Amino acid sequence: MLSTETYGELREIAARYPQPRSGLLPMLHLVQSVEGRVTPEGIQACAEILEISPAEVSGVATFYTMYKRKPVGDYHVGVCTNTLCAVMGGDLIFERLKDHLDVGNDETTEDGKITLEHIECNAACDYAPVMMVNWEFMDNMTPESAIQVTDDLRAGTAVHSTRGPKLCTWREAERVLAGFPDGLADEGPSAGPASLVGREIARERGWTAPASDSSGSTDGTADTKTEAVEQADTSRAETETVQEKGQEDK
Amino acid sequence: MSIENTTDVDLVSVTIDGIQVSVPKDTLVIRAAEQVGVQIPRFCDHPLLAPVGACRQCLVDVPDAGNGRGFPKPQASCTLPVAEGMVVSTQVTSPVADKAQQGIMEFLLINHPLDCPVCDKGGECPLQNQAMSNGRGESRFSADSTTAGLKRTFPKPINLSPQILLDRERCIVCQRCTRFTSEIAGDPFIEMVERGAQQQVGIAEDAPFLSYFAGNTIQICPVGALTSEDYRFRSRPFDLVSSPSVTEHDASGSAIRVDHRRGKVVRRLAGNDPEVNEEWITDKDRFAFHYAQQPDRLTYPQVRDEDGALRPASWPEAFAVAARGLHAAGASAVLMGGRHTAEDAYAYSKLARVGLGTNDIDFRARPHSAEEADFLASHVVLTGPEGGSVTYTDLERATTVVLVGFEPEDEAGVVFLRLRKASRSGTRVLAIAPFSTRGLRKMNGTLLPTVPGGEPAALESLLGHADHGLDASSVLLLGERLATVPGALSAAAALAAKSGARLAWLPRRAGDRGAVEAGCLPNLLPGGRPIADASARVDAATTWGVDALPETAGRDGDGIVAALLAGEVGGLVVSGVDPDDTADPAATRAAIEKAAFVVALELRETDVTRSADVVFPVAPATDKAGTFVNWEGRPRPFEAILSNPASLPDLRILAGIAEELHAIGAGAPLGFRTVAEARAEMADMGPWDGQRLAAPSVTATKATTTEGLVLSTWKQLIDGGTMQHGDKYLAATARPTVACVSQTVFDAVGPTVTVTGDRGSVTLPAVAVDDIVDGVVWLPANSLGRGVLADVASPGSRVTVKGGTS
Amino acid sequence: MADTLTPVLTDSWGSERSWTLAAYEAQGGYGALKKALAMPQDDIIAAVKDSGLRGRGGAGFPTGMKWSFIPQDNPKPKYLVVNADESEPGTCKDIPLMMATPHTLVEGVIISSFAIRAHTAFIYIRGEVLHVIRRVQAAVAEAYAAGHLGKDIHGSGYDLDVVVHAGAGAYICGEETALLEGLEGRRGQPRLRPPFPAVAGLYASPTVINNVESIASVPSIIEHGATWFASMGTEKSKGYGIFSLSGHITRPGQYEAPLGITLRELIDLAGGIRAGHELKFWTPGGSSTPLLTAEHLDVPLDFEGVGAAGSMLGTRALQIFDETTCVVRAVLRWTEFYKHESCGKCTPCREGTWWLVQTLAALERGQGSEADLELLLDQCDNILGRSFCALADGAVSPIASSIKYFRDDYLAHLTHGGCPVDPAAATVFATQGATA
Repeated sequence: MLSTETYGELREIAARYPQPRSGLLPMLHLVQSVEGRVTPEGIQACAEILEISPAEVSGVATFYTMYKRKPVGDYHVGVCTNTLCAVMGGDLIFERLKDHLDVGNDETTEDGKITLEHIECNAACDYAPVMMVNWEFMDNMTPESAIQVTDDLRAGTAVHSTRGPKLCTWREAERVLAGFPDGLADEGPSAGPASLVGREIARERGWTAPASDSSGSTDGTADTKTEAVEQADTSRAETETVQEKGQEDK
Repeated sequence: MSIENTTDVDLVSVTIDGIQVSVPKDTLVIRAAEQVGVQIPRFCDHPLLAPVGACRQCLVDVPDAGNGRGFPKPQASCTLPVAEGMVVSTQVTSPVADKAQQGIMEFLLINHPLDCPVCDKGGECPLQNQAMSNGRGESRFSADSTTAGLKRTFPKPINLSPQILLDRERCIVCQRCTRFTSEIAGDPFIEMVERGAQQQVGIAEDAPFLSYFAGNTIQICPVGALTSEDYRFRSRPFDLVSSPSVTEHDASGSAIRVDHRRGKVVRRLAGNDPEVNEEWITDKDRFAFHYAQQPDRLTYPQVRDEDGALRPASWPEAFAVAARGLHAAGASAVLMGGRHTAEDAYAYSKLARVGLGTNDIDFRARPHSAEEADFLASHVVLTGPEGGSVTYTDLERATTVVLVGFEPEDEAGVVFLRLRKASRSGTRVLAIAPFSTRGLRKMNGTLLPTVPGGEPAALESLLGHADHGLDASSVLLLGERLATVPGALSAAAALAAKSGARLAWLPRRAGDRGAVEAGCLPNLLPGGRPIADASARVDAATTWGVDALPETAGRDGDGIVAALLAGEVGGLVVSGVDPDDTADPAATRAAIEKAAFVVALELRETDVTRSADVVFPVAPATDKAGTFVNWEGRPRPFEAILSNPASLPDLRILAGIAEELHAIGAGAPLGFRTVAEARAEMADMGPWDGQRLAAPSVTATKATTTEGLVLSTWKQLIDGGTMQHGDKYLAATARPTVACVSQTVFDAVGPTVTVTGDRGSVTLPAVAVDDIVDGVVWLPANSLGRGVLADVASPGSRVTVKGGTS
Repeated sequence: MADTLTPVLTDSWGSERSWTLAAYEAQGGYGALKKALAMPQDDIIAAVKDSGLRGRGGAGFPTGMKWSFIPQDNPKPKYLVVNADESEPGTCKDIPLMMATPHTLVEGVIISSFAIRAHTAFIYIRGEVLHVIRRVQAAVAEAYAAGHLGKDIHGSGYDLDVVVHAGAGAYICGEETALLEGLEGRRGQPRLRPPFPAVAGLYASPTVINNVESIASVPSIIEHGATWFASMGTEKSKGYGIFSLSGHITRPGQYEAPLGITLRELIDLAGGIRAGHELKFWTPGGSSTPLLTAEHLDVPLDFEGVGAAGSMLGTRALQIFDETTCVVRAVLRWTEFYKHESCGKCTPCREGTWWLVQTLAALERGQGSEADLELLLDQCDNILGRSFCALADGAVSPIASSIKYFRDDYLAHLTHGGCPVDPAAATVFATQGATA
């Protein structure tokens, strides 16, 4: 059963938006933070508050992969096995973790601590192979370091994200995603080393952006929608752009 | 909207497969192509649903978008509006379009099971048909055993509701069903769930697809993914004979298609009538037809023997016995219910006047009033679309529609759908009602909170109302329940007269409106001829070839019951009347018992037939031709579908009785024995062109007591009605039987309540309704026991609500 | 001629507590906002137009022009939505930007919203980056506290609210109309266009949707001027951009440079392909852009240059693979990704990716025949340009381009009866131990 406090917070999320239904994604994050997964009661609560049908909530809850229908462990461990990370070692890490934790994909260890999942590209390719724990970056992993992380998590030893704070639980993380900050924004570095390599090289070589008074030609770029469409790399959205052209020409 | 008389519509010229055609602006290419005889294959496209472009089956090549430039890739013709000068090449002329379509078809089929031989849709399947016309001959998916494709499978089937089943592996996720439920019905209880290749139609846990309109999704499903418990595995479409017909369940006049085999109806579907029901019907229209196949169906005439028991009789004997009995009983009356065809109603009307010599006839087997009869004579009879009555289309054009004593979703489902459509394009819906129903919320309507009985005042308040003022662009929809509120119909008529708003009367039953036209009322003859008007009587008498017609106004239904009880009337012809529907069920039962001689015409055995002296089996709507006049006043004729010698149309039976009466020197024969003959005579009589009766001006009464709660009640679409007997899956989709009370009452006595009126008590679960008017309790009229009228109290009367134990 | 690398956005990523308002303001942050609030709104739009800034989310549509499509006579509220759903495989620029200097984005949001007369803006961040969301939430809170957001910003009379919205795992929400669906609490399936978001976007109101990097570039344009921005880059692809290098190179990371730089230059800066190996193939703009090879090392990385080479600049996500990588495995994995991320709305994407995976998987196992390559290409042909949105077009890009450049690799699987390449050799751990 969801508490009245949770109901209040769900309503608070809906109230952030010009139209309450916009709150549904963060509301489902909050349901997960309270219930450990998206439960039928959570779906019912969202439906009730947003005055939509449970089926509509269900449709949303089953569309997005971060919403889980089976209970998630204290720590959600995601190993990127999209091509680049997979090639760089993600596949191996995932295999080793499956063996070590004795679980399959999207399964939770017997002690309820760790849920293992292979995940898609998490926008940290310059730190490949990447693992996410409760959606915190664990960069440049090896099979050994990944196993160590899971061992530490199961043993209750503090583990820090390579670019963030000490790892919280999955439920705590979900609460932040619901828009209730946990005050940990100031933890961790500004950036990891890979994010800074270009900047470091520029510093070394004295390269900078031009001075403020530099001037370039503002010609060349499109002045009309038609030109913009022709220039834009939108061969894949031609329906849109060509129709726009058609409209403009009228 | 027809194209020829719409000179104000901008036309756009396009060239499709080399043929130039002019179509209205904004026409979609897929429909413009139909104008030149090109059928572009499609699945997700449906003319009554918003375009989505999901299935991509209708791809065409557009070498010129109308601006001299072409689209570099094929376009979905179901989402592309025409543009002046546009050039379109479909699969007929474009290899690109043809290949694109074949490619899509191949994709659709890779995961589609090869179970056509056992699929309900096989033989009438758009996927099957279009795979033949627009697909490749052979699949490449599993052509080679080493790379044989693995099809997506699901455990099958799943129940979306007690009635609707889903075979997910057959689904091509065109979203027609989910779009219907959200766009048309407003019941988004099914949704697309999961995503990608796993995307499927689903429901939320413990929230089944309980919509009054759910069956429409089966019909628009372009594959066999959605089936009904009722029809699943029952038949092959090519073994069925399809006949067009009209619904007998409500006053909507919905076109239906009846599919039958070996003299038995196997299923029913929506017919397509853009002016009336478009392509939708209610689940009652679709699934409730087994009532005519029940074992208690009457299959031969019966007469009461000397030993007091009913025994089989021949038709001629029964006619003779009936005539003699009625003649001997002295004054006779006719109670004939609201489910008859217009032709049958006409026969009842004529039998009363020329056979029995009385104006004691009433079709209103429900609470009614003299005010209502006057209102029907002044405002309803002889109105129709030809004469400018309110139509379905008018509902869409109205700026405001006021619902009074009328719950469209329960009482006329297709009217609800049209109102909801109207509300989505700007029509404002107001309801003079005790609380906001689900239906009202789905129409985004506004409640004008009103205690039953308060309708006259609520109507008066609308005149010049600051927020809800009415004018000539407004429509008042008046439910038959208003008959129970003195002054309500008078107030409505007055409001319409003063504001210019138009009004329409919404009866519940299919035959109600036809019975008004046929003069099955104590104050009207056929064609709207007022009995009080001598010239009208003469006019009718002339057509009928009789010297004179009874001059005095007849008794209405309640009056007939009272007269039977008082012994003033002895003979009764009764048909299609359930005493429990009448204003005073106990009195009606007693009256039938007391009557000296009762002739009953019925489909099935009932309490009435069991106590009758002569019983005639009548043909159901499938077995006879007829006409239902719908709420608009629009005649909806239909032909006989099945032939069954065991029963006869009412009018044939009445003709037989009248002839026997005539033979013993009483009255005149009807002069017709067939539906065709009756129609000819009705046309011959035609409408009355003389003075109409004046509108009633009954003053509203003040409540005399404030004790207890006021009882509000109406029948839900799916309930205990006799014409839903035998449809267990349909029954399982009914809304829960609950009492609606205010939060205060709920907190005080809920969750189970006992409602007690002057006729008895019922105990049922209660729900709190947030905006229910204080002092009102609502009960479903016919979902429990013998119904509210028999078991609790009259609508509008005072009842007490106490905590109950279930 | 600008320098090879031109750190603007990345310039302060390494500063002490760079994510804080104090650090940002110490570097002159929110100066552009003050300047912008004093400008006529149309002048801001003109400046962004003149700068030549083209959308940094992949398509390259001119940002200023996008803003100018907002019908200002439309009485409905206007909205700015920032697409921070960075998910295109290989793309990893917006995430570090928001982690290191979220105020750059917030300042850009305020200026951009002001320009298009929006009073509510949304930052839609993919949900799978918790710490980034913390930083952006904190930055927005700080901006409110400092009066950069809220009512009557700095006495200008202009009001703006910003909502930070966490997604929940759907690549498709990077497509702008699918993102709007997600932001409206619905399944992230792309919408039919027209109507275009500029006319009827969020809540059917005029809406601008811009990528993080595009919006973050706005303060610099306002501060330094359109001609400054236009002094970088090439004729039709102006300004700087962040290039994300990943894979088999010595120093993967973010390199901010004028558009038009070449991969050869970038790999050179990155210390070359990892020792002892050579470039085999690369993606110029994420996995949805057709693969290129060593022969394309000197292609100018601008919209026109990459387009002329048969691919697309996309998000400048340069995933670099050396000869130890099996291209069939790589492509199969991407295809599995597209199958996983297909929203399911349209047939060619939903069913096509399902089938492509099966065909490719069989080939990778060494099953089938060369004819299956033709079947594969025909499947691609039946998907490309037939689907509802661009996701499926992206899905067939690596397949068609890999068959074009590496047909023999596919055939080798058939003759070898499986993958002839040892996956261990491609891992980063192999390099650590390898002496080459």
